[in-house]
Amino acid sequence: MAELPKVNPEGSAKTYSGFGIPLIFPAWIIIGFFLVIPVAMMLVYSFLTKEFRGGVIWEFSISAYDQFFLYRGLFGDSPPVIEWTYISIFWRSIWQAGLATFCCLIIGFPTAWFIATRTGRNKTIWLFLITIPYWVNLLIRTISMKFLIRDNGPLNEFFLSIGLISEPFHIINTNFAVQLGLFYSYLPFMVLPIYAAVERYNFALSEAAADLYASRTVTLFKVILPTVRPGIVAGCILVFVPSLGAFLAPDLLGGAKNFMIGSLIEEQFKGAAGNWPFGAAASMILLSLVLIVLTFYARNQTKGQI
Amino acid sequence: MSKDKEISVDIQNVTKSFGAFTALNGVSLDIRDNEFFTLLGPSGCGKTTLLRLIAGFEEVTNGAIHLYGQNIADLLPNERPINTVFQQYALFPHMNVTDNVMFGLLRLGHDTSKAKARVGEVLELVRLSDFADRMPSQLSGGQQQRVALARALAPSPKVLLLDEPLSALDLKLRQAVRLELKQIQVQTGITFIFVTHDQEEALTMSDRIAVLEGGRVQQVGSAREIYEAPENKFVADFIGETNLIDVTVSNVEKRKGSCVLPGGAQIICSAAEGALVGSGHLSIRPERIKITASGKGMLEGKTVRHIYLGTDLHIEVSLTSGSRVTVRMQNSTQIKIPNVGQSVGLDFEASSARLLVD
Amino acid sequence: MATKNVDLRHFTGFKSLTLLCLFLLYAPLIIVMVYSFNDSNSITRWNTVSLRWYYDLFYGVDAPKFKTAAINSVSIAVMAAISATVIATMAATAMLRAGSFRGKSVSFALINLPLMVPEIVTAVATLIFFSAIGFTTGYLTILIAHIVFCIPFAYLPIAARMQGIEDVYEQAAQDLYATRFQAFRLILLPLMAPGIISGFLLAFIISLDDFIITNFVKGAGVETLPTVIFGAVKQGIKPNIMAISTLLLAVSVGFVALSYFVGRMGEKANPTTTKQGD
Repeated sequence: MAELPKVNPEGSAKTYSGFGIPLIFPAWIIIGFFLVIPVAMMLVYSFLTKEFRGGVIWEFSISAYDQFFLYRGLFGDSPPVIEWTYISIFWRSIWQAGLATFCCLIIGFPTAWFIATRTGRNKTIWLFLITIPYWVNLLIRTISMKFLIRDNGPLNEFFLSIGLISEPFHIINTNFAVQLGLFYSYLPFMVLPIYAAVERYNFALSEAAADLYASRTVTLFKVILPTVRPGIVAGCILVFVPSLGAFLAPDLLGGAKNFMIGSLIEEQFKGAAGNWPFGAAASMILLSLVLIVLTFYARNQTKGQI
Repeated sequence: MSKDKEISVDIQNVTKSFGAFTALNGVSLDIRDNEFFTLLGPSGCGKTTLLRLIAGFEEVTNGAIHLYGQNIADLLPNERPINTVFQQYALFPHMNVTDNVMFGLLRLGHDTSKAKARVGEVLELVRLSDFADRMPSQLSGGQQQRVALARALAPSPKVLLLDEPLSALDLKLRQAVRLELKQIQVQTGITFIFVTHDQEEALTMSDRIAVLEGGRVQQVGSAREIYEAPENKFVADFIGETNLIDVTVSNVEKRKGSCVLPGGAQIICSAAEGALVGSGHLSIRPERIKITASGKGMLEGKTVRHIYLGTDLHIEVSLTSGSRVTVRMQNSTQIKIPNVGQSVGLDFEASSARLLVD
Repeated sequence: MATKNVDLRHFTGFKSLTLLCLFLLYAPLIIVMVYSFNDSNSITRWNTVSLRWYYDLFYGVDAPKFKTAAINSVSIAVMAAISATVIATMAATAMLRAGSFRGKSVSFALINLPLMVPEIVTAVATLIFFSAIGFTTGYLTILIAHIVFCIPFAYLPIAARMQGIEDVYEQAAQDLYATRFQAFRLILLPLMAPGIISGFLLAFIISLDDFIITNFVKGAGVETLPTVIFGAVKQGIKPNIMAISTLLLAVSVGFVALSYFVGRMGEKANPTTTKQGD
């Protein structure tokens, strides 16, 4: 047993023990009152009856969930069959988010690696460049993308002018545009955590692997990737979770036909066509999906520590 | 050191546990006024914990600590007239040297002009007057150490605690600072409680040393007492180097033991308190053993190897009984060094041997 | 024989991918920036360079709308960031300096909860909450919602900084007769300053950027910059949108630069890297 540790990474320092603990209360109160209670209320709302002008009637009902999963005919009296409309929107969202995560990883890992292995001033500049988009308003970035890929936007004009194509590429309002938007929105979220992990990577491990006859590729897959895995997993979560509930990219780039969960939920709370219980139910289902992913993540992280 | 001197810090049967781990187990010590007292032990022995208990950073699990007769259990660190020199100095990085040294004085309510004068005095004492406006990051390790000392001395505490303050310095500097530290202690007349794992540091500076191991006090005494008359195997082994020789003890009387050595020779030597009849261990320091011709010493053996150490030479001898003994010789041209493999006798005075408690 | 790169850090193609990554990230932004200086009513046809649309932003027909939205955005961001920073600093002190206490891991989860819940879900939940308690949505509801989701963003750099400061400095202060409150105010807070500033900047930009939650809880009449821009884009991208986007872009770049500067400052005064040895 060593002498008492001087630094307490777990935060067991106790300079203010006794009188310091109440300092946590404001955070509890604010988050508890304005986030935990609202989420609980959302759960309640998802079991209420819809009011036609928006809002709810305080009457228990499972019709929101019923509507989500089952189709009972136009008048609600046919034998129920599975309703695919909303499930397929969810499925498309998961698929789009997954694909965006994969694409971000493919570009993000080499970028993070490259930046983390620069030295001195160079590294600062690269890091600076990669951080700026991270701080730029997401709405503005999405609008920029929309502007760029319009049918008569700069991208098409460029391709037309060099004669690569004879008529404009139709990108906007397709699944591909949404994918591009998600990828573009969350790419910096992939780079930064991986960068942090590579920063801590001990290059003596690469040297040891090379010394033991591993090729560069083998070193990458057998030594580097497993070592920086926590960073990669964190990056994937940071891309996947917001992509899943994304609203701006599908709304601005995907148009009406390429709905994702975010737009579906948003629609329920806008104007008279809305359905609050249904929106609350869809939100609960989205939240459950995210919690499943996060639980998987938490498990993964603790496993990595052993 | 007279026994009637006032007790400065009185540690009474102190136990400290962290969960299931017991860092200190029934420690009792009387630290006298004006004393340079050292807590010596390997890392994990509990010495730093004891220091933190005296400073007030940890609470005593059991037992009591009195400061000049007053129980200080309920006093916060800032209510105890005790200051600490921290291991890594803990100089406030956002304050210059003057502000660091003045910090305690201002908290005690001194007005700024008086405090400034006092800062000048202490910086003079540690010979850093020219560095008063520097930031800690602009100082060398040795200078930082002296600022830490000045900062702790400025409020004129009754007791100064020093937590391995020299461990971050390099060897040459460490040796110079030892003497300086001792001199400052004599000059200021403050009780110093010094924690170290370095026995040389302890031996050169301390009035008295407490050797700690496994959360218990193993022995308390002056440097000479601890080196010359260790009470047990741990102390004998931890302070300096020693040879432990298996002996059969035939009689213990009035702190004298009659022992039979492995070769059959008999000696009567001083015995540690609690030494028992039966099989025991004799401690003989390597420098107290002389190599003689075979058959002419107290012990017989064969030279195994030489270890060259510059000023000294170690000769390892394997006894006929199988155990090994190290002999230290000065590296001088007049000494005849036995060849490896040669049979030799080993001789020593009975007064150089000490019968230990196992 | 061709020279082999012996540097194990080097992987062929990684540099090209990095450049591609930067190109992808910057190309749309730069194009919008360039077109914002286009002196033409059409967003497609390039005319000549002018500040016409910037002028339009400040003095055009939409100017009052943008101005009100900008004032709302900035005032909400300032208040939300200050509140979140204070709450996060207090929370970090409790989490990292008050020893262990019951509910510590729950507290940690709670602080990070706004990061884990998808924004759209937070938006829905907050709207439902305010509507259920009969609270009129507007400026105040936006502010409250922003404080909530800014807390973890402020907490992140503040806690990271506090973790990097050994509590030995506060112990030294207490040893030198400082009360615990003095140790906090005279030692911990000044050392924390770079972390607190970073936390504030991050919270500010996050609040300024938010669209989804604001869009849900803003009610009728109150607009922030993102909601007003979104509304305008729904009717088609006009050149003045590109001008305002460019301005916001400049603000963001300024903030990154500021946070870098503060970070540098923090490293310089980093207590854990004081020089050792003579």
